[in-house]
Amino acid sequence: MTSPRAPVRILVCVKQVIDPETPLSAFKVDPATKRVLAAPGVPPVVNGFDENAVEAALRLKDTVGAEVTVLSVGQGFIMDVMKKPLSMGADRLVLAQDPSFQDLDPFATAYILSLAVRKSGAFDLVLCGRQASDWDNAQVPLVLAELLGLPCVTVAQKLELAGKGLVVQRALPDGYEVVEAPLPALVSVSNELGEPRYPTLRGIMAAGKKTPVTWTAADLGVDLARLAPKLRVLDLFAPPREKQCEFVAGENEADAGRLLALKLREDKLI
Amino acid sequence: MTDMNAETVVLGDLADGRLSGATAELIALGRKLGGPVAVAFAGVGLESAASEALAAGADKAYLLNSPVLAELQTDALVAAFEQLCKHSSPAVVLVAKTPMGRDVGPRLATRLGVGLAQDCVDLRRDSSGTLIATRPVYGGNALAALAFSDARPSIVVVRGKVYPPLAPDPARKGEIVRFEPKLDPSAVKARTVQFVRREAAGVRLEDAAVVVSGGRGLGGPEPFGMLKELAGLLDGAVGASRAACDAGWIDHSYQVGLTGKTITPNVYITVGISGASQHMAGCSGAKNIVAINKDANANIFKEARYGVVGDWKKVLPSFIEAVRELVKS
Repeated sequence: MTSPRAPVRILVCVKQVIDPETPLSAFKVDPATKRVLAAPGVPPVVNGFDENAVEAALRLKDTVGAEVTVLSVGQGFIMDVMKKPLSMGADRLVLAQDPSFQDLDPFATAYILSLAVRKSGAFDLVLCGRQASDWDNAQVPLVLAELLGLPCVTVAQKLELAGKGLVVQRALPDGYEVVEAPLPALVSVSNELGEPRYPTLRGIMAAGKKTPVTWTAADLGVDLARLAPKLRVLDLFAPPREKQCEFVAGENEADAGRLLALKLREDKLI
Repeated sequence: MTDMNAETVVLGDLADGRLSGATAELIALGRKLGGPVAVAFAGVGLESAASEALAAGADKAYLLNSPVLAELQTDALVAAFEQLCKHSSPAVVLVAKTPMGRDVGPRLATRLGVGLAQDCVDLRRDSSGTLIATRPVYGGNALAALAFSDARPSIVVVRGKVYPPLAPDPARKGEIVRFEPKLDPSAVKARTVQFVRREAAGVRLEDAAVVVSGGRGLGGPEPFGMLKELAGLLDGAVGASRAACDAGWIDHSYQVGLTGKTITPNVYITVGISGASQHMAGCSGAKNIVAINKDANANIFKEARYGVVGDWKKVLPSFIEAVRELVKS
């Protein structure tokens, strides 16, 4: 299979998020600001599904040749975190950062990304993670595709270039669908694609030498009025947990298994 | 501003040519919000589904017809529903969180320039009529309550199995309105050309009264054989955590969780699952959670009704044997 134009120009949109592996005991919400607080000493990470998107881009780079630019919108970026896609093998990092890029809703984020995509020049493919592990909206890829007028395929588990377009396997609850789209296109990537690669030592060294391109709201010509969230956050709270677990123990673990079955029978559950 | 005469429009979908359960749930939710409820169906041969929608509680069914809609490509559906919304100005649009709905909702919201709340588990109006949606965020570690503005329509994507459908009443009457959107075939840019189904034999995971799931703690693919045996004894289905699926131990179609399947069994038996909130998001509707895990501090025990702290290799065989004896008696 030959690519339409080599190398393929790919933009991957990534987000810096609070580490979703933070233990529940360290999970805190600030009721005043209605924000989740990062646990002390736990650095943020690149959103997991966005790493799957980086992996998808790098597989195309490995197989047909690609130039991979990573794009992110936000503020308070931690450079060691944001350089991870570079150390995995991406070529370039563009950070759209501005004090006004805070508490953005998916529409505002996609709007800023659309300006950054346009500013970054010609491209063949935009990749995103299927959703971010903070607000789980799964909205930015769809809104961004609409704003850029691109064909959009979500939740990809596999993507290949074919002829002048793309063939994508879109993961479904019971299998997948095969979707064809012309380029340029936008695809959101899911974990079914496979584990993202680990950065190599050489990759980490190369990433260390690269300086990200940074663009402010003014550089991008952002209309600040368009950043206002469309919905108002009335409340953000940890849900109450009132369940009481009845622990079944026996003389040993095997006995506990037997007693558990008897208990479930007694309570008419089996 | 709340105009109680403004419609709630449910984006309807079919399952094997009949009204889908998800659509019936949204009709029930629309009735709860107050005001008339309409269901919009796109495609061809929709008359019987429209009658089912009326029986399920809708006041009206819009039948959207165009040759471009024949294949039900997402691009065509978005364009058709956009035209319907511009034509009928609904107050609220309800969308089921299905593979199709998850895509259609945000794209429709962008085109109409309005807000959208994704994956909602509660929807209500406050005393002033403001629509308030509640949704899990941070993988279910927190809940967010979001207020819509007056911009029309408010678009809400609703998680499945949150609102029970109403009992169908075949005597209910309603209006059937035909609407022909003006669609250009070139609007379809991305095209689904094939569906590949991978369905497990036996009871469907989503419908099972008993589900037995395994996670990272199982350590490999082989123990799923034991889980299948147990599920078989209980007429149940097997599930898995994302970690077990990502490890390649079992197909992703078995995945329960935020990005997998949502299940609502009476009994949910978990083996070697720590109970990360991303997993619990898929089984919060389970009535009785039974957990076998060697870590007494695992989150699963905060959600479980019954627990055994121990090594599944020792607990599970005797549990299965005892269950085998009990179901015989």
